[in-house]
Order: sequence, then structure tokens, then C-alpha cells
Amino acid sequence: MADSSRAWDVLVIGGGNAALCAAITAREAGASVLMLEAATVPMRGGNSRHTRNMRTMHEGPLPPLTDAYPEEEYWQDLLKVTGGLTDERLARLAIRSTEKHVPWMLAHGVRFQPPLGGTLHLSRTNAFFLGGGKALVNAYYRSAAALGVEIAYETQVVDLVLRDGRIESVTVECKGERREIRAKAVVVASGGFESNLEWLREAWGPPADNFIVRGTPYNMGVVLKLLLAQGARQVSDATQGHCVAIDARSPRYDGGIVTRVDAVSLGIVVNREGRRFYDEGEDFWPKRYAIWGRLVAGQPDQIGFSIIDSKSMGKFMPPVFPPEKANTLRELAGKLGLDPAALEKTVAEFNASVRPGTFDHTVQDDCRTEGLAPPKTHWARAIDTPPFYAYALRPGITFTYLGVAVDERSRMQLADGRPAANAWAAGEIMAGNILGKGYLAGIGMAIGTTFGRIAGEEAARHARA
Amino acid sequence: MHAPEPRTLPDLVEEAQRQLAICNACRYCEGYCAVFPALQRRLSFTEGDVHYLANLCHNCGSCLYACQYAPPHEFALNFPRLMAQARVGTWRRYAWPGFLARAFDAGGLAASLATAAGLVFFLLFAAWLAGPERLLAAHSDAQGSFYAVVPHGAMVAVFGAVSLFVILAFAIGFARFWKDTGEEESPFSAPGPAAVAIHDAAVLRYLDGGGDGCTYPDDEPSFARRSFHHFTLYGFLLCFAATSTATVYHYAFGWKAPYAFWSLPVVLGTLGGIGLLVGTAGLAWLKRRRDPELADPAQRGMESGFLALLFLASLTGLALLALRETRAMGILLVAHLGVVLALFATMPYGKFAHALYRLAALVRFHIERRRPPAAAAPE
Repeated sequence: MADSSRAWDVLVIGGGNAALCAAITAREAGASVLMLEAATVPMRGGNSRHTRNMRTMHEGPLPPLTDAYPEEEYWQDLLKVTGGLTDERLARLAIRSTEKHVPWMLAHGVRFQPPLGGTLHLSRTNAFFLGGGKALVNAYYRSAAALGVEIAYETQVVDLVLRDGRIESVTVECKGERREIRAKAVVVASGGFESNLEWLREAWGPPADNFIVRGTPYNMGVVLKLLLAQGARQVSDATQGHCVAIDARSPRYDGGIVTRVDAVSLGIVVNREGRRFYDEGEDFWPKRYAIWGRLVAGQPDQIGFSIIDSKSMGKFMPPVFPPEKANTLRELAGKLGLDPAALEKTVAEFNASVRPGTFDHTVQDDCRTEGLAPPKTHWARAIDTPPFYAYALRPGITFTYLGVAVDERSRMQLADGRPAANAWAAGEIMAGNILGKGYLAGIGMAIGTTFGRIAGEEAARHARA
Repeated sequence: MHAPEPRTLPDLVEEAQRQLAICNACRYCEGYCAVFPALQRRLSFTEGDVHYLANLCHNCGSCLYACQYAPPHEFALNFPRLMAQARVGTWRRYAWPGFLARAFDAGGLAASLATAAGLVFFLLFAAWLAGPERLLAAHSDAQGSFYAVVPHGAMVAVFGAVSLFVILAFAIGFARFWKDTGEEESPFSAPGPAAVAIHDAAVLRYLDGGGDGCTYPDDEPSFARRSFHHFTLYGFLLCFAATSTATVYHYAFGWKAPYAFWSLPVVLGTLGGIGLLVGTAGLAWLKRRRDPELADPAQRGMESGFLALLFLASLTGLALLALRETRAMGILLVAHLGVVLALFATMPYGKFAHALYRLAALVRFHIERRRPPAAAAPE
């Protein structure tokens, strides 16, 4: 149970990457630090336990990263996925900081490794953690404990009072018991609200019932809601987030990386009516996977079906669940609950419009359709070689962007334009400052680490002034 | 919360196929050891694949602590424990003669029975050959006092026969492993992979958790296990070297044991004996502190039995060295020979089997690695 008998210098709300970076930094600056993690020990770490890398700027080779990934290129990549819905000052701050994070992370027990099998396209841009996000989280928890950060598990914030720009009190609950925590400075790093199905339904309407939450079940958005209701300035909106198309059979929560289906660009995707609805070959799958969650969310019943033939089998990362398999399209449609005639018609039209080309999945090849709407602009091959395979897809929410505004010192901003007096925000709860929409693989860890470290430093300075 | 743990090898294989599909879709652990690169070469997993991977796993535990799907997650992955359970199942399957495979389940009992049998055997042997009174008096013989208790020829006959039997059992086990796991290339087709595999085993490359040490006995990375294993392995090899040197002394130069304290066989044996004491005590101490999630509780007896035999072999050997000029020599010699006999005779049917099959799996790993993967995930 969190110690409520003393006044802490810094209270960190949350237990993921940003919270850990803030807690470690504040403790190293000499502050007494209490960290509140809603989850149990095995499930600690928020969405960070599912991550695997950090997108990292570097001017030259920086092991394990190859070549260079300069600030400008990183910024342009971000600009493209967000369509300009970003804050350039904050974004560039995060981008520039990533290079300095690598030695800091190493010093706190995080280890890196060359890119994982099937992810060579990220070897220049993304630094992979040895063992993935849970190993990173474990290393940070060990570091924090060794430094003397007090960690309260299974402890949820149930109320807080934000008055005159100051967080005056924070009420927590642990195993049914409530306590009020006093702290000079507060870092909110408690994530978004994607685990809160009611809130998702408020934002999306009935389609939200068909969403699957890919990450932690603990991000209920309690702190976010309390802050926004009491005068924190809002960024982004409740429908924005990182949402990918995942296997429809995934668990309701916490399915993580293995639920992805990478077959999309190799075949076609049809909706419940058996019709295609978007260019499956627009770009490399890693650059497009982040838009397919919203595309599927926009279809009737929020479902899609990725369909390939035997030519494509074994040419993509193996998904965790086996595909539906049939020797004819008619039989496959039956298994998927689709109208067989509609599916046959869609595939026949698609096959007829495929132009001859040289298939090469490693480049944007010249295999495309002609006279088809929507077109498939690359990797278009006739679906004609049985057996046929299908994976049903659902929108998988990874995290949400609705959040609180911050400045370059990570300080929370108020709706009336003033900065908060004793509150800083880091991680997913403020990611919407930089990610207005879209997603760039590995930038969540860049944002969390940057603003976690800044928030910890600033909160400690405030508390000890 | 979870289904009861599978116990038979076919059940374990089925459960492994479920867990391997999750691992293959995740791949976060690929930097920890050889198992993950090996599994990522495959799209699906045959029975033989599971048997192979189970023996490639060193049970370091790093992947369990890093696993986002470990219990209480509903996918309930505990890869190291599953591999440990399947591994001993494969050893039973490869054991020759088959009926002795039961010793794997008898665990500590098997080691104790073998020890008792070894002791009684040599006691009776010595009493019959030399007479009970020589047992307490033979120490006074200047050279060749050991052989006054048990004649050299008898020792050679007993240990020679047991060694040949063990070598045969290992050769058959190895051949069965190779056939069962479905590798078509011969393990002896090229020296490269075997050399790398021996190197990996000699330095315990895959007990390093990807660099910082493996998470054993708990979630803090540490080289403790690797260090104690090195003490044990190299202690064992030094003792083996001591015996080999003594054999050369005996046949080539006609010098008879016991040898002087600073002679090569005694120095090697003493160092090896100390290594074995430190190593096995350390491993047993770590085992007691091991996270129970990592272990297969059914194998505790087998593991402890093997460690105890190594420890006792070393203890009796060092005691014999220290007291060889006293009346205790005859009894200690009998005890030492009895324990060593038990150690050798149980090698193919206890924890020692890991050395053979781990090395075989490493050879296969390096053979396989030279080929392009059957199923390449595209970028």
C-alpha cells in the first residue's frame, strides 16, 4: 500500500516506460519518489510491455542501428503519417533526444539487439530491445527499486483535485482501501483510455463494440478524464489513436504483436459484402498497417477478410492463428460467412484486371491492376491457385491520442492558457501533442522516454526548490 | 485457471506446437539463445522439431521473464518449463536399453540405488579378492597399495566394461536423436558445425541471456549458473585427465598408483576435485533458490541425484588423497570406486544425458544454419 503518511517530493502516476523514466530521473536528481502502478507485478508496464523498439535518430552508425537516420528524415516521416497534425517543436525535441536516450537506457539495464527476423526494413530506423518491451520494463523496475523509488502495485487513482493549476490531492485505492497521497510535484504518465470500452463507445458509437484492445487492459483513462474535466487543456480527439487491422480471433485485451496479420498486401481484402474497399498494394505493409484498423472500422460490422492463394503462403510473418483454408473460393466464402457469388465475382473482376508484371515483394513492383476501382497498385497477382486462405480482420486499438497539452518542459498546460503549477505529463497521455493522427513504428517509445525523462527532471527540480 | 499440465511426450509436443506458434509470431526473444532463431526457420512444427528444440533449450529462463504472454496472460506461455518437460521425455525415448529409461523418473532413487550397489559391489569385491584384513592394512604398502585392495586388472575390467556400455548407450541415443529430429544431413558431414557446437558447449555460449547473463535463479541477469557449471564441467574434465594421465603412467612407464602429491595425475585430480565440489555445491545452491515457475518439479530428484554423485565422487577422491597413508585408505578407496562406478553407470539415464543431447542439438543447429531457411519471412 502506498505510504500516505509522508509528503513525497514527486508522485508518478503510471507504471509504463514514461513513468519509469520519470521516476528514475527524479530519484537520481535527489527527490523522494512514489510510483503508482495499477497493474499486478506480472502485468506491470502498461503498453510498454508489448513494445519492441524505439525509433531513433542517429547521424552515423549507432549500434545496433546501421547507417544514419537524420533528424530531418525522421521529421519528414512523422509529417507524412500525421498529415501535419503535429507540433513541430515538441516533435523535433523528441526526435533529437532519442540519440541521447540510447546510452541512458544502457546505463539503466536496457539491452539492444539487431532487428528481429522479418523486420530488416527497420534496421536503420528502429533500435530493438533485447527480449522486447517487457524485458525493458523489468530492467527499469530493477533500476528504480535499486535507486530507492517506492513502487505501489495494484494501486489505482480514483480521484484528484486540480485547482488553480495545482494538483492539490490524489486519492488512490488499493485492494478496496482508499488513501490520499500528498506530493509536491506530480507526473502523470498513466496512458490513454483504450481499455475503457464505454468511453470508446462514446467516441465511436456502436462500431466500438467490435474493436479489440491490443494492449493493456489497465488503461481506463481515469486520470485523463479527471484532468480534462478540471481544466487541463485537451489535445487530439477521442477517435484518434493507433489502430491496426488484427486477427478477428484475438483476445479482447492484451493480444499484442502476435495478433497482426501481414498477408494484406499479398492478396485482396473484402468486406462483409464480399467487396474490396481499398488499395491493398498502396505501399509496403509496414508503412500501411497503421491505416488498416480505421479502414476496417469503417466497413459494415467492422470486419474485413484478407484473402490469398497458395502462391503467397509462407511469404509473410506467420500469424498466431491458422487461416481458414478451402480448395474453392465458394467453399472459402461459406467458411467465412460471405455470399459465395459475391466473393467469386470480386475475385474474377480482380483477376481479370491484373496486368502482367514481375512480382517482387521486396520492392514496389510493377504488378498492378488496370481499370479496377479501387485499384491495387503493387503486388497484384491473380488469386487463382488453390488452396485459398483467409484471415478475418478487426480493428485493433493499440493506444489513444486524446490527451493533455504539454510544453517543451513537459509541463501540463491548462485550458485557460497557463501552465500547471506542479503537474507534468509524459507518455501516451500526452502523445497526442505530436501524433494528431496516424502512427510511425517505434515513436511511442521515443515520446515516452523523452518526456518521461524531462518530466522527472523538472518535477524533481520543482519539488526540491 | 489453466488446463492441467500435460505430462506425456505426445501431449507435451501438442502443447509445444501451440506455444511455438505464438513464439514464431512474436519473435521478441530471438536475441537470447539458439532456440528462437531455430524455430523461426519453420512455419509449423513437427514432433521431431519439438524434440530438437527441447534439447537446444538451456533452460536459462530469460524468455520467461521477457514474455508478454506468460501467465497470468491467457496465452499462458511458459516456454522454458515446457521445454524442460519435453526434454526429459525425449531422453526416455532415446534411452538404450529401453527398460532403463525408467531411471529418469526414479530420479534421486536411481542415483542412491546405483551408489549403494557400487559400494556393496566393491566392498565384496575387495573382501573376496584381498580379504577383509587387507582393507585396513594395505595402506602400508609403499607403491601399489591401492591395488592391494582392488587389483589393477580387476579395476580395469570393471570400469572398462562399464565405459564400453556407456559409450554404446550414448552412441545409440545420439543416433536415435538424429533420426528422430528429422535431420537428413550427417552430423559428421562437415567439421565446421561440430567444431562450433563444441565451442558453444565449452564456453556455454547460450547461458548468457544475450549478454548480461541469464535470469537464473531469479529475474536478475547473472553469470552465477554459468560459472558454477564451468567449475563442474572443467572439474570433471580435469579428473578425467588425471585418470588418463595415470593410465599412461601405468602402462607406458610402469609407475604404479598412488602417485606423489605433486605428480601430474594428483595435481590434475586435486584441482578437478575442488572444481567439482565448488561447482556442484554452487549449482545445488542456485537450484534451491530457482524460481519454481522455471523448473519441472518432477525432475528435481534426477538433477539433485546427479549433482550428489559428482559431489560424492570428488569428496571421496579428495578424502582418499588426504588419508591414503592411514588405516582409512582401504575403505575410502572402496567408497570412491563405488561412487564413481555409480556415476558412470547412471550417466545415460540421468541428468548427464543433457550433455550428449544438447551437444547433438547444437551440431544440428549449426548444420541447419548454413542452409537458407525453408520459410523466409519477407520484409
